[in-house]
Amino acid sequence: MRQILLVAPILIPLAACAITALLWQRPEVQRRIGVAAAALLFLSTLALLAEVVTGGMVVGQMGNWPAPFGITLVVDPLSAAMLVITGLMALAVAVYAMGPGAAERDRAGFQPLFHALVMGVAGAFSTGDLFNLYVWFEVMLIASFGLLVLDRTREQLDGGLRYVMLNLVGTTFFLLAVGLVYGLTGTLNLADLARVAPQVENQGALAAAAVLLLISFGAKAAVFPLFNWLPAAYHTASMPVAAIFAALLTKVGVYAIIRVFTLVFAHDQALFGPIIGVVAMLTMVVGVLGAAAHYDVRRILSFHIISQIGYMLVGVALMTPLALAGAVLYIVHHIVVKANLFLVAGAMQKVGGSFALAKLGGLWATRPLLGLMFLIPALSLAGIPPLSGFWGKLVVIRSGFEAEAWLLASVALAVGLLTLYSMVKIWNEAFWKAAPAEAAAHQPAPGEWGRMQRFATFAPIVALCAVTLTIGLWTEPFAAFSLAAAEALLDREAYIAAVLGTAPVQLAEAVR
Amino acid sequence: MSIAPSLALGLPLGLGLAGAIAATMMKRGVAQAGAAVAALAFLLYLLAAPGVTETTDLRFGFWSVPSLGVVGGLRLDGLSLVFVLLITGIGALVLLYASRYLKGDTRLPRLVTLLLIFMVAMLGAVTADDVVTLFVFWELTSLASFFLVAYDHEKPGARKAALQALLVTGGGGLALLAGLILVAMAAGTTSLSGIIAAREAVLAHPAAIPAMLLVVLGCFTKSAQFPFQFWLPNAMAAPTPVSAYLHSATMVKLGIYLLARLNPVYQHEAFWQELLTTAGLLTTAVGAIYALRESDLKRVLAWTTVTALGSLTMLIGLAPALSATAAVTFLLVHALYKAALFLVAGIVDHETGTRDAAALGGLRRAMPLTALAAVLAALSMAGLPPFVGFVAKEIIYEAKLATGGAAGLFASIGFLVNAAMVAIAGLLSWRLFFGPLRPTPATPHDPPKSMLAGPILLAGLGLLAGAAPSLVGAWLVDGAVAAMLGAPAAVPLKLWHGFTPVLALSAATIALGLLLLLAWGRLMPRLRRASAFDRFDTARLYDRALAGLVAWAEGTTRLVQHGSLRGYMQVLLLVAALGPLAVLVARGGLDLPEAAPLDFRALAFLPIALGAIAAAVARGTLAAVMATGLVGFGTALVFLTFGAPDVALTQFTVEVLLIVILATVLIRLPVRARDVRTGRQRTVDAAVAGALGLSVALVLLAVLAAPFDPRLGEWFGAESVPGGHGRNVVNVILVDFRALDTLGEIAVLAIAAFSVIALLRASGRGARVGS
Repeated sequence: MRQILLVAPILIPLAACAITALLWQRPEVQRRIGVAAAALLFLSTLALLAEVVTGGMVVGQMGNWPAPFGITLVVDPLSAAMLVITGLMALAVAVYAMGPGAAERDRAGFQPLFHALVMGVAGAFSTGDLFNLYVWFEVMLIASFGLLVLDRTREQLDGGLRYVMLNLVGTTFFLLAVGLVYGLTGTLNLADLARVAPQVENQGALAAAAVLLLISFGAKAAVFPLFNWLPAAYHTASMPVAAIFAALLTKVGVYAIIRVFTLVFAHDQALFGPIIGVVAMLTMVVGVLGAAAHYDVRRILSFHIISQIGYMLVGVALMTPLALAGAVLYIVHHIVVKANLFLVAGAMQKVGGSFALAKLGGLWATRPLLGLMFLIPALSLAGIPPLSGFWGKLVVIRSGFEAEAWLLASVALAVGLLTLYSMVKIWNEAFWKAAPAEAAAHQPAPGEWGRMQRFATFAPIVALCAVTLTIGLWTEPFAAFSLAAAEALLDREAYIAAVLGTAPVQLAEAVR
Repeated sequence: MSIAPSLALGLPLGLGLAGAIAATMMKRGVAQAGAAVAALAFLLYLLAAPGVTETTDLRFGFWSVPSLGVVGGLRLDGLSLVFVLLITGIGALVLLYASRYLKGDTRLPRLVTLLLIFMVAMLGAVTADDVVTLFVFWELTSLASFFLVAYDHEKPGARKAALQALLVTGGGGLALLAGLILVAMAAGTTSLSGIIAAREAVLAHPAAIPAMLLVVLGCFTKSAQFPFQFWLPNAMAAPTPVSAYLHSATMVKLGIYLLARLNPVYQHEAFWQELLTTAGLLTTAVGAIYALRESDLKRVLAWTTVTALGSLTMLIGLAPALSATAAVTFLLVHALYKAALFLVAGIVDHETGTRDAAALGGLRRAMPLTALAAVLAALSMAGLPPFVGFVAKEIIYEAKLATGGAAGLFASIGFLVNAAMVAIAGLLSWRLFFGPLRPTPATPHDPPKSMLAGPILLAGLGLLAGAAPSLVGAWLVDGAVAAMLGAPAAVPLKLWHGFTPVLALSAATIALGLLLLLAWGRLMPRLRRASAFDRFDTARLYDRALAGLVAWAEGTTRLVQHGSLRGYMQVLLLVAALGPLAVLVARGGLDLPEAAPLDFRALAFLPIALGAIAAAVARGTLAAVMATGLVGFGTALVFLTFGAPDVALTQFTVEVLLIVILATVLIRLPVRARDVRTGRQRTVDAAVAGALGLSVALVLLAVLAAPFDPRLGEWFGAESVPGGHGRNVVNVILVDFRALDTLGEIAVLAIAAFSVIALLRASGRGARVGS
């Protein structure tokens, strides 16, 4: 059962991708299968999480080939949490994608591409093998490119080109780094790497390879100065696509940094901690400045993704249990909130007629509930208590203080104020300002949407708001889990033992 | 006997929240219902009051986050009791007042909801016994204030004021958060009572001074201390009941509350005392001067509130028990008379259609009951006997005179500020209601009872408390003073102190104040015209900082996200070139493998080199893509010559697919047939590419110089036939040992095919491009 749950997050979207591709001419059926598969995925990841919480790490050797020779799938608490959140996001976006515009999207191939993307993400979160991680990066990249240019407008093709070019190069660096690491260690299995890496003779070469890995993961995570692909592309995507991108794509990069730099290169933390810390700071600041400089809802939200990647990296920079717990808490919170904001932005555009703040207005008077559903994720993003973002911020800053990383913690605090500023900017313009004269014409009559479309648009938003509130008000289980996940990340011996067995060296010797 | 702590501490919050939710669904009587909720909460606290003395308190824990060390919990002690009674009592009267003041306004239910949420947040903040809980509620009050200030949110001015208040108090909130985290770390607990008990540890912490400064900064922004005072008068964009409740009686005192709460920790630190007294004194002076420059009743009142907040801060910093007693007494007095005066100003505005003090006068006949409330409150404000304001002012003078060397300075500034307050009190009572009647836009008359109840009751309480100060002392002040000082310290409150220097000072204050009042008509316009006050207004700093920030953000963003793919790529490649190389060199990892003899296989590298050079010199985009294809082709050749034809085939396939997709996208874009880069740009590009090549080569050589651990390959070779039943090791690796990789790669190809098909289809139809 544990083994089935382990592979289910990859197999379910794979099956959904294949089936929906076969039903290319039947968008209606595709859509139903898509939602069912996403729901199934969510349930299976929940079961997997329960398994990890009660029975510890779940490890599976694919094809029964022993580690480190075959490919290992490993789900520890962090992976399990990331998988659950992937399942939740897949479900929320799959439902949202049944809303307005579904027919055109599905005819253009949304469903197979969407599930392929989810498969890539799930694979990346569950693999215990460096090269296999690269494969999932590729799956994600190609699927996300297809999703990005779904509408095939000139704007999308232009953004898609920038997206795919920069990401391809970044992913190529990943492959190059994998080769270098393999050359130095003779292994690709992460647990085995963790075992061998400290013994490598030429630590300088290994560190160089690690920096190249950091660069490729950083490019995927959209850190400064490698984030340009994100603001160039995200605002062109259709809203369900932008939402799933915002939720998952960059976080895979962050996850990869956390995984590899806590597990494999932890012995060189004295080198990487400061590098990642500086990158985190610059990412926070430049990202939030971008958000403060823009007046289009999608662009503001896109730059905030970047800014908050910086917060998540603080955990890896400091590498204390509390700091890593903060990273875990922050990632989980951020994914829910960020995706939700894109979903809300889509709804705002539907009722207000635009994404541009200058053309929006008056929504608080006409759509108070939409306003509330904007406020919950927006204020949470800005770290206003008692919403989920506050706790993430609290832990990140406290861990910074405890590690005496004063500058890092102060920057994180100050960036919070600018985040609040740009969220309030959206609120003031879109909700409070009187509606501009030309905007009135866009507003559809309340009864214009079908019941199904209303449900598809608002049910995911309400559900994600509920998640945000739950994390905010009933924090203890989430905090306890994050701490446990952090402890598991720092307990390398347990990870190695779980993957390689108690006597990995003898095993390798015996084979010879 | 007292009621259960859960009822006293938990129920008011629950009631408030329930009321806030219910208010969104009610059509009629919503403000009255809100007033009832607040009154009920007031009653609950009143019932709890007997259990709260100088040495006893009530505690109620309902929420905690043990994993993060957040202990949670609520606590009602003497200091909290003063605040909760003010919050709920004034809250009830303000809501009752609002029921009439905003009658017929469709936004009334939303206002009531927000006011009740605000009330809950305030109650939570002043009863929290945990710094995190305190902060949660603290920020909620800022947020509620944001929404309430922008009640007329379609007006740009209201939005601007709301944003200003939010950014100033929110920014201070961040400082507060940092300070509280540091203090809690030093004390080893987030519990406020625990922090006070761990006073020594808090003060001994290396970051004790920054932590204190950060907390004080948070308190100063919230309580509008100089230089953050400017947001408070601007917040007068809110409707009058909101101004009366949030921006004079309760929220702006939250900073004062926290200073008082933490006073037991810091009270003997000279820095704390100097900081609070200096900032407080400056704030009183700024408030008094700016109050004399205004004629809008609400702005006048807002500036006098700034003065009062300054006095409170100063009194907390003045250390001895006497000043603590003065602070608590003045806090009560100020809340009573200032809320009353705000409500009176609202009535005048509501009934006459203007709130310009210069245009009003002689309203006594038209609105006698309003005049009565105004006069009672103003007398208390001016500090005349037998009002409680007099008691407070006497103690303040005593406290000031009791301080050491700076007593003269404190007393003389205090004297001038108090005279200004007397003048303003006269303005709000004498000038408004007596003298000749001036014409107003609307015909004035007394408002209905629901609007009069608040001001008359509040002003009357001032009279009552003044008449029996010792009662107030035993009842409310002593408990709060004990909390402020960390130990009971009874200083009796007396109406009559005998013929002392303080009494003479009081008399002189009143005399000067009356002179100022007579001169107000000429003084006010002159002060307003004096541009020096505008030039030194810290609001300008805020405006400039905000504009500068936005300009900085826009400049940085233009610089970083410039829109040129070529530039982005250069950055990515340069980082990838310099990062690994720098680490390799810094770590002394440079190394060269032993040279191997050349053989024919080296020829396979020829197309790679050719392709690379061709790509660099190619003038057409498509040609460059093809040239890079040649590099891939050459790589496949390398695989081929090293005995891996199947790998070569895979490489070839992927390469072709990528080129097809890229070419498709390129064709769909407005393709530039020729390279438009300048010669210099081409040189830069070549240099970047060359740097990357050099870097990768050096790292690769270092890797090749290291001994290779072949155990994976050996194992694959050994297991291929017995385990994988295949004689081609690469095949067995692909389809068996590492089948999952292959599955992923198949998926990549399939997805790439979807994308290509979809793209080509769309181009065939020409659909939507350029739309």
